[in-house]
Amino acid sequence: MGKKIITVDDSTSVRQMVSFTLKDAGYEVMEAVDGRDALSKLNGGQVHMVITDLNMPNLDGIGLIRELRANPNYKFTPIVMLTTESQDSKKQEGKAAGATGWIVKPFKPDQLLAVVKKVLG
Amino acid sequence: MSGNTDKHKEAFREEANELLTELETALLELEETPGNEELIGRVFRAMHTIKGSGAMFGFDDIAAFTHEVETVFDLVRNGKMVVTKKLIDLTLSARDQIRAMLNPDSGEPVDVVLSGEIIAAFRNFIPGRSGEKGPGDSPAVDSKAQAVDGAAAKAPEVTYRIRFRPVQDIFATGTNPLGILTEIKGLGNSRIVAQTRDIPLLGEINPEECYTYWDIILTTNQGINAVKDTCIFIEDSCELKIDVIDDGGSLDQEDSYKKLGEILIERGDLSADDLRKVLDAQKRIGEMLVSSGIVGPGQVEAALVEQKHVKGIRKERQASEAISSIRVPSDKLDRLVDLVGELVTVQARLSQFSATQKEAALVTIAEEVERLTAELRDNTMNIRMLPIGTTFSKFKRLVRDLSNELGKEIEMTTDGAETELDKTVIEKLNDPLVHLIRNSIDHGIEMPEAREAAGKPRLGTVHLSAVHSGAYVLIRIKDDGAGLDTEAIRARAIDRGLIAADAELAEKDLFALILAPGFSTARTVTNVSGRGVGMDVVKQAIDSLRGQIEISSRKGEGSTITLKLPLTLAIIEGLLVKIAEDFFVFPLSAVEECVELTREDAAKAHGRNLANVRNRIIPYIRLRERFAIGGELPAIEQIVIVGTEGSRVGFVVDNVIGEHQTVIKSLGKFYRKVEGVSGATILGDGTVALILDIPKLLKMAETDEQISFS
Repeated sequence: MGKKIITVDDSTSVRQMVSFTLKDAGYEVMEAVDGRDALSKLNGGQVHMVITDLNMPNLDGIGLIRELRANPNYKFTPIVMLTTESQDSKKQEGKAAGATGWIVKPFKPDQLLAVVKKVLG
Repeated sequence: MSGNTDKHKEAFREEANELLTELETALLELEETPGNEELIGRVFRAMHTIKGSGAMFGFDDIAAFTHEVETVFDLVRNGKMVVTKKLIDLTLSARDQIRAMLNPDSGEPVDVVLSGEIIAAFRNFIPGRSGEKGPGDSPAVDSKAQAVDGAAAKAPEVTYRIRFRPVQDIFATGTNPLGILTEIKGLGNSRIVAQTRDIPLLGEINPEECYTYWDIILTTNQGINAVKDTCIFIEDSCELKIDVIDDGGSLDQEDSYKKLGEILIERGDLSADDLRKVLDAQKRIGEMLVSSGIVGPGQVEAALVEQKHVKGIRKERQASEAISSIRVPSDKLDRLVDLVGELVTVQARLSQFSATQKEAALVTIAEEVERLTAELRDNTMNIRMLPIGTTFSKFKRLVRDLSNELGKEIEMTTDGAETELDKTVIEKLNDPLVHLIRNSIDHGIEMPEAREAAGKPRLGTVHLSAVHSGAYVLIRIKDDGAGLDTEAIRARAIDRGLIAADAELAEKDLFALILAPGFSTARTVTNVSGRGVGMDVVKQAIDSLRGQIEISSRKGEGSTITLKLPLTLAIIEGLLVKIAEDFFVFPLSAVEECVELTREDAAKAHGRNLANVRNRIIPYIRLRERFAIGGELPAIEQIVIVGTEGSRVGFVVDNVIGEHQTVIKSLGKFYRKVEGVSGATILGDGTVALILDIPKLLKMAETDEQISFS
């Protein structure tokens, strides 16, 4: 069975695209609409990687990263954030919160896969 | 994947329409409660999502347009701007414009002018910035992210030395360093050494921290950016040092690579001073460094791996370049030369035999064999030729080190590095040249202050050159130093009893005295030179190469030492002559002409050995007397005239037989001390001919003359 990845994004289209691309490459994908949703869906269960947007209602990406890192189950889980070029400060904030890497929007499916492969090894 | 793209586009449209509806509601609510942060956040996010997703699914115009709106609401969100009615109005018109762009087929074509106007208006909201950027500056893709999948162009294979040391809490970012190593490994041929020196004892270890770092040697054609990209996510939480250690270019001379100590110094693991200290103890360098505790076994291993890796890839590359040249062990070449020598001897026998048989067919074959043998000989000799430049570079280093040691400023220039010489000659030339260059630096070139006082530039020059001259190569070592002190040499020579106190010597002969054993005019003995052992060693070495040394010098201007060396030591063109029943060979390169000497001619000279050749007086030496050969003199003798060191001298023999390809065989131990003969060769019929050592014969004649006069 492939590795499990959760994609967290309030944009349905982005979620769909990420999900489709990863499933196509043999990963198991969970979807969450924001940080809060992601935490409840994970509920301490195992996941190999988190791909999260930064700007989301309820709990944003930075908050999600902080919450995950505080949980011993996700202390070392790779977390990749989706950012836009205008958010360099966000990127720094995310890294400080414990993000593993980032993908700059817009991105193409194969760019996404390259990053996933890089982070999952 | 175009079907999927269309599907995604449709999904985006649906989503964006929803977002726009939500945006409208939020904006209208915001108009009522302008300070509501939650609403502002909703507006911003809607814009942000439309922008981000729009760019992803190919709606670049929407992304660019929305970018401006998003920028303004980012400021509002951060409290840098307040919501005004004007802003709400403008945003609502922007929302309508986005909808028009989103569904181009449903309504009229998009009003580009209106888009421009809205963008300009939004820009005016931003303090300190007014429309200097066009709408064309759509969100650019992060160049680094793009490089992740960037296909590498066909580039040369470069070898990098990489030190990858992540920060200790690297695991806290969810990064697995092994993944990065795997990625680096995927780039090309690599060797990785894990450095475990910093791992603490088990009691103190924190399993959630990374104590290891890695030394990697990587050969790849993907370029340095591909290497850097592997660490893109942790570029500020790791030390990544990348050095190019082999650029894939063609190799100048050798496939050897740096020494272990040099590598460690370059990596910054070791200082040059520490290395020197450790080197004083004579053990294997790696062991010494480790036991001294300056570097750990891991670092030494990494350096050794680098050495091996680069040697390996260079070897491979040379193998692929081998179409134009192959490497052959030199002993195979020596064997080849020996065989050619034998062949030449056998061919001589064949020629001689065919000459006596008077068989036309046989003569033809013999001539054919002779021609081919000569060609084979020349080719074989050519293979053994090496450019002398290989040794020149070594001397540059010598000059540099030595002048530093002595506090002198000396530059070395070279010329004719491409001049080719027989491999054995070059090898044997090394020591004499070292001596000569040392002499130039130590005795020749003065201290910078003394030079300035003498009106010369501070920087002294030693010029090393090599040129072809007939069958010889002339190697010159020229310095612009103080020159030889003729008076000091004379005094010293008299002191040592080399010359009589009242002897009158030409400058050239005076200079030649410094080649005598134990001769040194230096007042103090330095550890560089001055012990007087150098020059006679040089002389011996050059003699053994059948070469000559010539010294010229002008006081205050410098000296030049010229070494005249034969091109090859194995086979030479000779002139075969006969005295009574014995054969002798002159090196043909020295021979200028042959003339007859009749009894009448000899009688006319009144007992002096002088011949008149075209109105020029030429002294001659009777080899019959020199070698104490008895028997009848022929009615007409021959004088072989050789040119040597600017003068012409004749050697009288019975018969000149002709040119002969001379395979030089050295004389056995018992005959090594025989003067006047430098070797022997075997003739076609098996008889032995001695090769004459012309400079020696001349010297002997001169000495005899001096004795008979005094």
